[in-house]
Amino acid sequence: MIYLDHAATTPMRPGVWEAMAPHAIDSFGNSSGIHGVSRRAKNALEEARERVAGILGCAPMEVVFTSGGTESDNLALTGAVFNTSDRSDLVVGATEHEAVLETADFLGRRGSTVSIAAAERAGRVRASAMLPSLTPSTSVVSLMMVNNETGAINDVAAVSHAVKESDPDVLVHTDAVQAFGSMKFDVGQLGVDMLSLTAHKFGGPKGAGLLYVREGTSLEPLIHGGGQELGRRSGTHDVAGAVGLATAMELAAADRDRFVGEVGGIRDKFGLSLIDAVPDAIVNTPASDRSPHHLNIRFPGVRNEALLMRLDKEGIAASAGSACQSGAATVSHVLEAMGLTASEARESVRFSFGWTSTRDEADRAAQVVIKLVGELR
Amino acid sequence: MKALVAMSGGVDSSVAAALMKDAGHEVVGVTLKLWSGPNGEAPTAGCCTVSDAEDARRVAAQLDIPYYVLDYSDEFKGGVVDRFVTDYASGRTPNPCIECNRTVKFDRLLNRLDDFDSDVLVTGHHARSKQNGEAWTLHRGEDAAKDQSYVLSMLTQRELSRTRFPVGELTKPQVRNVAAGMGLRTARKPESMDICFVGQRDYRGFLSEHAPGVFNPGEVVDTAGNTIGEHEGIAGFTIGQRRGLGVAMGEPRFVVRIDQASSTVVLGSRDELGVGGVELEQVTWTTGEGHSGLVMAQYRAHGDPVAATIEGGRLVFDERQSAIAPGQTVAFYDRDMVLGGALIASTVS
Repeated sequence: MIYLDHAATTPMRPGVWEAMAPHAIDSFGNSSGIHGVSRRAKNALEEARERVAGILGCAPMEVVFTSGGTESDNLALTGAVFNTSDRSDLVVGATEHEAVLETADFLGRRGSTVSIAAAERAGRVRASAMLPSLTPSTSVVSLMMVNNETGAINDVAAVSHAVKESDPDVLVHTDAVQAFGSMKFDVGQLGVDMLSLTAHKFGGPKGAGLLYVREGTSLEPLIHGGGQELGRRSGTHDVAGAVGLATAMELAAADRDRFVGEVGGIRDKFGLSLIDAVPDAIVNTPASDRSPHHLNIRFPGVRNEALLMRLDKEGIAASAGSACQSGAATVSHVLEAMGLTASEARESVRFSFGWTSTRDEADRAAQVVIKLVGELR
Repeated sequence: MKALVAMSGGVDSSVAAALMKDAGHEVVGVTLKLWSGPNGEAPTAGCCTVSDAEDARRVAAQLDIPYYVLDYSDEFKGGVVDRFVTDYASGRTPNPCIECNRTVKFDRLLNRLDDFDSDVLVTGHHARSKQNGEAWTLHRGEDAAKDQSYVLSMLTQRELSRTRFPVGELTKPQVRNVAAGMGLRTARKPESMDICFVGQRDYRGFLSEHAPGVFNPGEVVDTAGNTIGEHEGIAGFTIGQRRGLGVAMGEPRFVVRIDQASSTVVLGSRDELGVGGVELEQVTWTTGEGHSGLVMAQYRAHGDPVAATIEGGRLVFDERQSAIAPGQTVAFYDRDMVLGGALIASTVS
């Protein structure tokens, strides 16, 4: 099998599971308890929090452990809006992940005004598209760092600084789920108040994520109970998950330069061989300001569901965009926001590379894609 | 042979996939996503609900075959739902499941078999097809009570040659036995009778929600032309309907005619429901050649076939028939063999 769907999820990096296992089995304690076994769990949890904070450039207490990117996005948006009565509105980018768009839609049904900031043809959402929507009742602005379908990079720092300059009381959130493996960032320099991450996108376990929450930012919790995470997220801690998250972050950060150079090179060569063989193919991923590992490409006249099915048969895993419950390849809202028609979007496929990708498997995959595109035309 | 099995999540298509796999074919399962609610959610009733797609996925996993969900919602909306609305708006009584077969499954999906690297489309319909040399014939399923050849009567040689109906050789109890024997989770699953996009409510509720413009008020008259009441729109009526007419009369009254032009619903006695024949449209011949003369005609999904004569574009019943609605399908048979099918354009007294 050649796995080219790393943007959906990527294999665990060596060492992560080994780091987690003791906390799942031997040191099984509830980190909120008073006895020795609990103290050891609590210690491992707080150590993980410190390691994570060190990488993000924030204080440990600014890290809230969650179940993943979706929960982090929900907590950021809903937590901000539910926290105040005088600011209830949102401004979100048109190409955001469903975790942001559907949360905004939920808040819209609860009375918030939701402004969707338009994307440029290349898939980026600029400050100039977001600022005009700010009003005195704007609570939170949310803009993803790297788009999950195309790899387009938004200038989050520029947006957060512009928003803060216009109104320092507006909270800025970024979904950085697709960015961590390839981009080095520091929450201070980004200027954001909240940032979502999930471990399984960079070699950690599924079900473990975090929301960075700048000190002084108060959020209404979504999950109530024992008051864990300083009351911001109740529930017995997943210590093994937190340790897995921290370990994967360290490994991914240490591997970042290689990832950008090598995986980026593999992606570029793969894209070029497709364009060479299929000259009318259109790359939806922008030519600059893009992640090193996404390639969203359209083969005119070839419906993506047929291509993906045939690729699967040939042992190549790719996708049409984000994975949903039904598994149906629905029309991508990201590509539509970039101005593609529904039928153009249905001709687009996402190949995403990851830390395990090799030049050889990319070469073999390109040959299969080229053969199948020829057959399907 | 490479088979693409349309899996609805029911026991019949589960067993169809299992039988093809057992026979040594290369099998791929697909579920068609046809309809979703206002927030994109799958329907909760009918043949393609969320839990049905999950059942299909689980059965495919159990059979160890690849499985995909294909989005045919645009085709379904255009070919089936819009037509359903316009049919009711014009006083006809549509059969959306047949239109789905005609325009989605055995047209758009079948036409893409090559794309999916498949040789044949397989469905769980209770019908049998047979090959004699180059020619294909379509027959009633082994289980007379479950026979579905009526809803396949629009198929022609082109579609039949690329379609297989493996469960048509079995009775329903046999199908369930096969499923139970293989431990398939759908073995005891009840059958769904609802229209997938309408659900368990009345079709009128769907129309008023999705196409409120189809309801134009008008008069209810008797067969002599006397006004006896008013109605909220002809789309709410079907030929032969007896309940919910909104008028009280001494003897049983039925909808005997619906006139779109004047938005009038005509009520009459049971006798006045009778028709001598029907004008046909969209006539197709399963056998590949046109037929005229005596046939057995079936105009309801589970109705008994009646003797009739095809005269050009008209079908004349040997004995007068009751409550026939324009828009419905009529299938023509020679014993258990399907000759062809047509839509009823209008009735002939």
